[in-house]
Amino acid sequence: MPKYSLRINNSQYTVEVKEGTSLLWILREHLGLTGTKFGCGVAQCGACTIHVDGAPMRACILSIDGVTDGQQITTIEGLSKNNDHPLQEAWAEAQVPQCGYCQSGQIMQAAALLKDNPNPSREEITAHMNGNLCRCGTYMRIMKAIQMAADGPLSLNQKR
Amino acid sequence: MDRRQFLGTSSGIALFIGTGGILSSLVSCQDTSAIKGDLPKHDITAWVRLSTDGIITIYNPAAEMGQGSMTALPLIFAEEMDADWDKVRVEFSPQVPEIYGSSGWGANRKGMLTAGSRSVKGYYKDLRIAGAQARAILMQSVAKKWEVPLTELETVPSMVIHEKSKRKIAYGEILSFLEAPETMPAINAEDLKDPKDFRLIGQDIPRYDIPAKTDGSAQFAIDIRLPNMLYGVFERGSLHGAQPTLNNEATILGLAGVIKVVKIDYAIGIIAETIEQALAAKQQLDITWSEAQASGLNSQELYKSYAKVASSNKTGKLITQKGNFKNAFQKAAKTYQADFKNDYIYHAQMEPLNSVVQVAEDGQSAEVWVGSQQGFIPKMGVPRALGIDPENVKVNLQYLGGGLGRRSLVDYVEECAWLAKEVAPNPVKLMWTREDDLRYGAFRPISLQRLQACTDAEGNITGLAHYVIGDGDNLVASGIRNEFYNIPNQHAEIRVVPQGIRLKHWRAVGHGPNKFAIECLIDEIASDHGKDPVALRKSLMENSPRALATLEKAAEIAKWEEPLAEGRAKGVAFLERSGTLSTGICEISLDRSTGKIKVHHFWSASDAGVVIQPDNVKAQMEGGIIMGMSSVLKEQITIKDGHVQQSNFHDYSILRMEDVPETIETAIIPSAEAPQGVGESGTPLVACAIANAFYSLTGKKLRHLPFTPERVLAALNA
Repeated sequence: MPKYSLRINNSQYTVEVKEGTSLLWILREHLGLTGTKFGCGVAQCGACTIHVDGAPMRACILSIDGVTDGQQITTIEGLSKNNDHPLQEAWAEAQVPQCGYCQSGQIMQAAALLKDNPNPSREEITAHMNGNLCRCGTYMRIMKAIQMAADGPLSLNQKR
Repeated sequence: MDRRQFLGTSSGIALFIGTGGILSSLVSCQDTSAIKGDLPKHDITAWVRLSTDGIITIYNPAAEMGQGSMTALPLIFAEEMDADWDKVRVEFSPQVPEIYGSSGWGANRKGMLTAGSRSVKGYYKDLRIAGAQARAILMQSVAKKWEVPLTELETVPSMVIHEKSKRKIAYGEILSFLEAPETMPAINAEDLKDPKDFRLIGQDIPRYDIPAKTDGSAQFAIDIRLPNMLYGVFERGSLHGAQPTLNNEATILGLAGVIKVVKIDYAIGIIAETIEQALAAKQQLDITWSEAQASGLNSQELYKSYAKVASSNKTGKLITQKGNFKNAFQKAAKTYQADFKNDYIYHAQMEPLNSVVQVAEDGQSAEVWVGSQQGFIPKMGVPRALGIDPENVKVNLQYLGGGLGRRSLVDYVEECAWLAKEVAPNPVKLMWTREDDLRYGAFRPISLQRLQACTDAEGNITGLAHYVIGDGDNLVASGIRNEFYNIPNQHAEIRVVPQGIRLKHWRAVGHGPNKFAIECLIDEIASDHGKDPVALRKSLMENSPRALATLEKAAEIAKWEEPLAEGRAKGVAFLERSGTLSTGICEISLDRSTGKIKVHHFWSASDAGVVIQPDNVKAQMEGGIIMGMSSVLKEQITIKDGHVQQSNFHDYSILRMEDVPETIETAIIPSAEAPQGVGESGTPLVACAIANAFYSLTGKKLRHLPFTPERVLAALNA
């Protein structure tokens, strides 16, 4: 089986897998980065959302052959060092998660939005987040948390 | 009760306090010899473990599937122990129903089953007493050490104080002289805190599980990885109950990484070295499936036959009878009859089913990692699957990526045990794909509700009869009673038609379809008599002040009386579920060209008794309402020629962010009554509230769930 070299969360990894293997299985089952979740396998739920060079992607439909060594992969484990990304703090502040299974993907999807658009409107948030399913129905709080994080750390502290 | 009885008792109020685990906890007890002999005989731990640094570890006996039990239950214990919540850590309790089971399942039936929104309701009293016992033991030791009367001692969070001598001591420091009493302190009602003195209960304490759910570190069973772990998958087909014949076993065994093919009654299993190899091999399976009971079944044609069953004279299982409905119906000024229908729906919990099992080389013991709602089958069926004693199976409960009723079945755990047995001592992770999870789902049953009602000349409802025709026995019966409406003559009955489709409790169970039917018919009657739907319900609730309070509160926050914008309408619904009383009101508009209903606002008011975490109650109502909207507007499983037609989220839609309301507002009625269950109260409000708003807006009736755009257009043109 071929060997692949991957740059994930600023660390270098090597895996030996069959051509065409899904990046999701490599992250989760080969490398133990289990914060990225398996939900549907067909890019319909967003539970496996990661960043490739900063862009939100669904790991389940990314083949290992489509990712080059030079590309930077970021998973939820690499989003912040101490669970202190403004979105993570807002998520805790707004008490967003219930079962929590989809939330890594939600946060990664939202992080990509705020990077490009620091002050998204409600409509922009909805359009950007619409591909991420939450069966517990935490959408109202996801919306609120993204708005809180967008308002900045000062506003987050004031709301505490 | 002496210690020996206490150790073996099922009262669930065990307490040992020590520096570490179970056995080391005995070190700090003065007379350890007395219990050292007893302990090995009883697989017992405690509700709490205290360490010298003051860290208090409290066991949570319930599954955490998003509903918040991981925080709410330890919070109840901590309240009465007077623990400093910042020093509290929470762990899942061991699977020992005799100790950790809820007494909320009835006499002689202690169970570790997280279902029916019963966790807080079922554990509230027991955990308060257990927490108070922990506090009493600490205080007794201090009283003896300081040689002061127990009555002069008080506690502040995690500290015992003696006001007279101005002395105080932290809980952790008591360990060095702690004496475990011969008998557990008796706790009477007056020994428990007055609810007005609660420091934790009723406050918005952040959920314990949330930090780990924002950085990917929260561990679900699907995240378990063990040395030498293999991967298992099954092909179960799309005709429930069909038996497989594998036509290419040799080919499969020759595929890369495949270790074993395992045949069970209803599926073919594959064990492989990696998940991708297991899934690749699954694609290659050539299986011939037998016929089954569901062969030839077409779900959308069932309603015709169900209507015939409704009309027949053959009676079913009586659920409730009050007064004499037949008599009232015959003498009534006005009578009504309507049929309501609901299609099969699927749980769609976000974490597909999975489990990890490791069987010892000699086959005599096993270890399980699983997210399960658990239940009354010991250790989720693993002992049964392996033919060993439950004592020899260790269960490591993990967070559940959603339960919703589906994870109270044990199929996905037993299956893994069957695989792991074949490759012992290698652990096996069994994975269900989304397609497996959906096609071999266990659905909320299809059903038809025939309702009959009658009124006097003034429009007072004098009788209501409810016949449910469907599969799943009591799954279709929940929510059929109307204990909070003053209707003198009532009859409710279920007529079961087995179809061979796998079925299971789905959040709020029968309440969704049944309350939909009842609450819609009430609005039709109100309209027929020119009455306001809220006013009519008020008159029905004249003997139920708590129910009435939720109705009045919901009407108040929804501004029910105020005029609406053009093209908008409101609809109301009331129900009781798991003891909680809730009224919901929604405001909708309609795109008459596409048939798409838009929910703009949803208000609810609930009386759930004492509320442990108000913000979490709101979260449960919000999420429940969203899930209700999803099921009502989108979700539909159809069966064609016996086969489930949907397979993944592309053809089984659940609600996305684009369809959420602008606001969801939740009011909680203050109460000092016993706590009730909230997790399922929001979901079943939605169908009736939307249908009633639609009726108000259009004068047309939506009587078939889900309200897909096609059905909405058909109703508009009817």
